Amino acid sequence: MTIAEIEKPNERGLQQVAANERLTFFGLTLPYLLMVTALIVIPVGWLFYLSFIGRDGSLSFENYERMMKSKAYIRIFLTTFKISILTTIICAAIGYPLAYFMSQLSRKWANICMIGVLIPFWTSLLVRTYAWLVLLQKKGLLNNMAIEMGLISEPIKIVHNTTGTLIGMVHIMLPFLILPLYANMRAIDKDTLKAASSLGATPTRAFWTVFFPLSLPGLLAGLLIVFVLCLGFYVTPAILGGGRVIMAAMKISSNIELYFSWGAASALGVVLLVVTGIILFIASKLVSMDQLGNR
Amino acid sequence: MNETSLNISIREVTKKYDQFYALKDVSLEIKSGEFMTLLGPSGSGKTTLLMVLAGFTNPDYGSVKFGDEEVILKPPHLRGIGMVFQNYALFPHMTVEQNVGYPQKLRGVSTAETKRSVEEALSTVKLEGLGHRGINELSGGQRQRVALARAIVFKPKILLMDEPLSALDKKLREEMQIELRQLHDTLNMTTVYVTHDQKEALTMSDRITVINDGELMQLGTPNEIYEHPNNHFIADFIGESSLLPVAVRNGKVSLNGEEITLAEKTEKNGDFLLVVRPEKAFLADKKIKGSNYFVGKLVDSIFQGESQLLVVKLNSDDDDGHEVRVRVPNESVTQKALPVVGENVTIGLKVADSYVVS
Repeated sequence: MTIAEIEKPNERGLQQVAANERLTFFGLTLPYLLMVTALIVIPVGWLFYLSFIGRDGSLSFENYERMMKSKAYIRIFLTTFKISILTTIICAAIGYPLAYFMSQLSRKWANICMIGVLIPFWTSLLVRTYAWLVLLQKKGLLNNMAIEMGLISEPIKIVHNTTGTLIGMVHIMLPFLILPLYANMRAIDKDTLKAASSLGATPTRAFWTVFFPLSLPGLLAGLLIVFVLCLGFYVTPAILGGGRVIMAAMKISSNIELYFSWGAASALGVVLLVVTGIILFIASKLVSMDQLGNR
Repeated sequence: MNETSLNISIREVTKKYDQFYALKDVSLEIKSGEFMTLLGPSGSGKTTLLMVLAGFTNPDYGSVKFGDEEVILKPPHLRGIGMVFQNYALFPHMTVEQNVGYPQKLRGVSTAETKRSVEEALSTVKLEGLGHRGINELSGGQRQRVALARAIVFKPKILLMDEPLSALDKKLREEMQIELRQLHDTLNMTTVYVTHDQKEALTMSDRITVINDGELMQLGTPNEIYEHPNNHFIADFIGESSLLPVAVRNGKVSLNGEEITLAEKTEKNGDFLLVVRPEKAFLADKKIKGSNYFVGKLVDSIFQGESQLLVVKLNSDDDDGHEVRVRVPNESVTQKALPVVGENVTIGLKVADSYVVS
């Protein structure tokens, strides 16, 4: 018998154990894989196919050509990006200080604040959007109060336009920014700020040179989630925009419901998907590059 | 003014949290250029005192002077101290060089001078050539050195260290203790060092301040603290010791009914504790004058490499006889055979080594 033929103790048994473990892990992911295939891969593939079908049923690029040429489409894309970018910026401006404040609190108080952030998150989107409509409309609570207090004489228009859309969207998107940002800020070692100040940094300087750079991965993650969700947002701009603010998702809906043009709707969906993909790709590069320095 | 160090004068510093005192009326003079260790168990207040010096904790009242200058009302960034934190607190988004250069940048030091001082600091801590590394690419010991370089690069006159070696493994820790001490001797800044490790304190310090329950218990050189502990807490906390209850009546000292002799006569009557250091106790064949002897049964014998630790249960009238530990150095293969567990043994302790604490 040569050495190679001598079986090492328990070699086969241990290989079997490892194989069983792999099988278990695969089994755990199987329901998800099936769901992704059935509900995402197949429908998206179908949309992709539809977007290349013209009105006459033949293979063509007409859906995409129309998008490139039509001023209406270009305007819709510009609106979509404008609203998404503005919502993201406002969310960051409101959310960053709040997340910072929460990260400096004791766990107990931070958790209480977190409930405050999450309660709206748990309430129906539709209810919240209509609630804003009630508050902001011409004869709504806000205008009535302002008139009674003598701040304004005529009701001002703060809904059924960009302002109203932004108010509603910021309200709905804020938790998506705060959650990853807060988690990131909590993980920052507070001693690094103490170290900075012992080394001679004023509190402001310590914040900008140490805390802010360390919070960037969380901020970028939050900005990204908000921006991408905004790109495809439908309910809130549809209700609070009052038909004047038309975003891509609304155009998709009208293409199908009014014009029964699945091809045009699909093409719009595909463009939105591709743009989102590109943004995610760029952002993932930015975030991972930044995280290199972050243990 | 070209001194490299400043003395620290702490007076009546008190900090109360709800019902308990983290620091109670602490007054302490730290000499310029001294290596002072604040030693105590966790929760003793030693770290609180260091944080008061650094400016991160404000006491309820008290005074802290660096040299002649009162600093208690100054924020940390104006105190000009170097500080090394327990978990290093390095900036993970900066390279080694940027970390060490950070205090210089804040001070508006020129780029060329910053580069030179960073190189000097890195070579002081033996990290030449690692300047471009990220913090994540460093081992624990290297991070420790970067933290140290960052704290000394601007040549502060006072260096504070909060258990800086506690995260390192034993061997590295012992090397670093000696290195830190040598570094202090080279740079000659006043160093305040916090640790709960009594051996570390003995190894490194000029003087040690033992703190417990927010109060200063004893201040002295390592030798004084070890050889003449003020009370049983320090006798127990510093080094190994077995504490045996003794009674003093009219100048006569008795342990378990038998009279013993102490190095110094005590006049006060009362109950005290005899401090028996394991390395000072010895196995005795016959009783010679000049030593105290205790008879007991060997209950455990542990080989520890450089020595053998014997645990002896003293014979007593009642059942719970006290245990005494005796350390027998591993001297030579020709050494006499040690007693085996269960055997009766006699332990000796020289009169000169016999002292009691309250």
